[in-house]
Amino acid sequence: MTSLTHPFLSVDALHKAFVLHGQGGMTLEVMRDLSLTLSPGECLVLAGPSGIGKSTLLKMLHGSYRVTGGTLRLHFEEGDLSLETLPAHAWHNLRRDVIGYVSQFLRVVPRVPAVEVVMEPLLARGAGEAEARVRAESMLARLNLPERLWHLAPGTFSGGEQQRVNIARGFIAEHPLLLLDEPTASLDAANREVVVELIQEAKARGAALLGIFHDEDVRERVADRLLPLTPYMGMPSTPIHEEEKPS
Amino acid sequence: MTASEPTASGYNFAYLDEQTKRMIRRGLLKAVAIPGYQVPFGGREMPMPYGWGTGGMQLTASVLGQDDVLKVIDQGADDTTNAVSIRAFFERVAGVTTTTATGEADVIQTRHRIPEQPLRQGQILVFQVPIPEPLRFIEPSEEETRLMHALEEYGVMHVKLYEDIARHGHIATTYAYPVKVDGRYVTDPSPIPKFDNPKLHMSEALMLFGAGREKRLYAIPPYTRVESLDFEDHPFEVQEWDAPCALCGARDTFLDEVITDDRGGRMFVCSDTDYCQSRTEEVA
Amino acid sequence: MRRPDLERATLLEARGVTRLYGPGKGCEAIDIRLHRGEVLGIVGESGSGKSTLLRLLAGMVRPDAGQVIYHSSAAQGCDGSGHEGELDLYAIGEARRRALLRMEWGLVHQNPRDGLRLGVSAGANIGERLMALGERHYGQLRAAGQDWMGRVELDPGRIDDAPRTFSGGMQQRLQIARTLVTRPNLVFMDEPTGGLDVSVQARLLDMLRTLVRELGLSVILVTHDLAVARLLAHRLMVMRRGQVVEAGLTDQILDDPQHAYTQLLVSSVLTP
Repeated sequence: MTSLTHPFLSVDALHKAFVLHGQGGMTLEVMRDLSLTLSPGECLVLAGPSGIGKSTLLKMLHGSYRVTGGTLRLHFEEGDLSLETLPAHAWHNLRRDVIGYVSQFLRVVPRVPAVEVVMEPLLARGAGEAEARVRAESMLARLNLPERLWHLAPGTFSGGEQQRVNIARGFIAEHPLLLLDEPTASLDAANREVVVELIQEAKARGAALLGIFHDEDVRERVADRLLPLTPYMGMPSTPIHEEEKPS
Repeated sequence: MTASEPTASGYNFAYLDEQTKRMIRRGLLKAVAIPGYQVPFGGREMPMPYGWGTGGMQLTASVLGQDDVLKVIDQGADDTTNAVSIRAFFERVAGVTTTTATGEADVIQTRHRIPEQPLRQGQILVFQVPIPEPLRFIEPSEEETRLMHALEEYGVMHVKLYEDIARHGHIATTYAYPVKVDGRYVTDPSPIPKFDNPKLHMSEALMLFGAGREKRLYAIPPYTRVESLDFEDHPFEVQEWDAPCALCGARDTFLDEVITDDRGGRMFVCSDTDYCQSRTEEVA
Repeated sequence: MRRPDLERATLLEARGVTRLYGPGKGCEAIDIRLHRGEVLGIVGESGSGKSTLLRLLAGMVRPDAGQVIYHSSAAQGCDGSGHEGELDLYAIGEARRRALLRMEWGLVHQNPRDGLRLGVSAGANIGERLMALGERHYGQLRAAGQDWMGRVELDPGRIDDAPRTFSGGMQQRLQIARTLVTRPNLVFMDEPTGGLDVSVQARLLDMLRTLVRELGLSVILVTHDLAVARLLAHRLMVMRRGQVVEAGLTDQILDDPQHAYTQLLVSSVLTP
């Protein structure tokens, strides 16, 4: 496969630290010298104990966390795109068209019906209302969300139901790079199965996936490679200035 | 009434001093040069309360010449208190000849009407104006209304007409109906019935407007385009009556309702008394 | 894979805009770039200068120093033919500036009563900007009024009712309809959900999001409510004592704030 020789994403010597001004300027170093590559059609799974910086990496790739050091690059035919220096306004289109993100938590406008939450990524790309609705409904049906819930706002849904709305919203737009932060965390076996299928379909159409899965079974079925994060590259969130450690 | 009493002594011709008249004439020249634009002027106290036509009187006093013939009407009538008083005033302080005949007058001071008989070139019609600012109903600030005029921000005028149609099914404004003068300034034609609005358009006579309390004057020069504001699907229309004037039989004049007894009897007659009378005399 | 087009045309720009009412009161040397189709949130506590900045950007208060540039060609889309490229908001005449505000821009006040004509019906309120643009067909004005009442989820049957008879949330939606009816390129919103009950806020937020997307609006949104900012704004600027202390993507500012003040602001928000 030629795509293996041409990665879509390269992360090099990534470094992340948080400065907590409220705690006397204490610096929390959470990641140092992390490097990886990811090719189209590949699913790379991040492994390691919680707190090691797996979600932090996804958030840096999605632009929600700033990069302290190192580089994040997407490789396009016309050349590379450096994410760490990308101006804020450029992220709108990048997120709309290239980088998708399925988080553990659903964060939406209250009172918006589930089906409209799922439609939004398509509408943002200018898809027609009717077409977007059909696709959103078929996605929700596939994830076994009862039809009576489609037109209700997800605020009152159970954790698993909210998660499925979130997954539908994340997969519907078929982004070339998908970041998955424990998408199967609160799902039953049947729905985990659907997510595995969705991931495999995404790989088949050439998407690059970077995910966090705590479920061993899912991990083994979707992962092409495992990247164990160790304190060497992803450091546990321990303060480096011991004397400033908060009580 | 004729000029039987002698001209009062101790007054300048037409009551106002020459400096004041000059100031007002300068204002009038500016008003004529910018049709529909409100020109401020230093209004003087007149021997009459505001609301009785002090603005119109100051304009009349400033344009009146010794040989001019003056006519004064109030709601179309020559014989109401206001008309009679103003006529008597100018007879005494200017000694000018007065008339009730529209065709014979050089200067006509009017409150709330335009004579039915078409005016001719050389005549001057002076309107008494209570509120000169057509935008005032919606914008209390003078500074803001001046800016709105300067920038031609006239959308709100149509808001008022829209609201009329929404409430009454038609434009219910029947007097002081706003006009656009020479395609530029939105102007209040004073509280004339909208029936008279078409007479403003391309009039042969010079029309001057004076507001005493507000100390503003403005003008519509002869042969000036004057359009009444309206909507494409609700065009401007004038009032119509089912019956002709009960006295002269005219069908094309503005009629007043007159109560004739205590038993509900009433009739409609021309509001322009001179016009009605001349027609009745013709018939007789 | 082909590289996507990430650039967006600049619509409004502030260059070193300053207006001080006292030390730390007002705005000092603010630079802003708003791109077409973007919602830029300006957040900060009351007194931080965010409302002054809004007024400076919207052409309502002349800055002591600096420029506000409106890229009118960007507003016209690709063609831009026949339009000046850059308009220096305070160098053009007042006539042009007011015309801009009336025709190409919109302003949504926090208190809908400031943005509505309370003496005339809902339909007249919505129609006013159209009439100002020269619409002279009553039937079409009415149709537009009914259409927009539907869009902002008001009962079109109430087109002849006075705004006074509407609830606060309905008045705010009416104000939004009145502002957007001429499809402005750029809308300034000052705490648009500020005076509303929480239960009404959510619906209004959703409506605003939908309208922004459907009409391709560019918005400058001033709010002290970080939850509102998260849901509506693409980018945020955090203001304090007349200065911008931090700017960036909305979730960057809220999830990984860098500046001490932003960290304090974000950590002070109550979450149920």
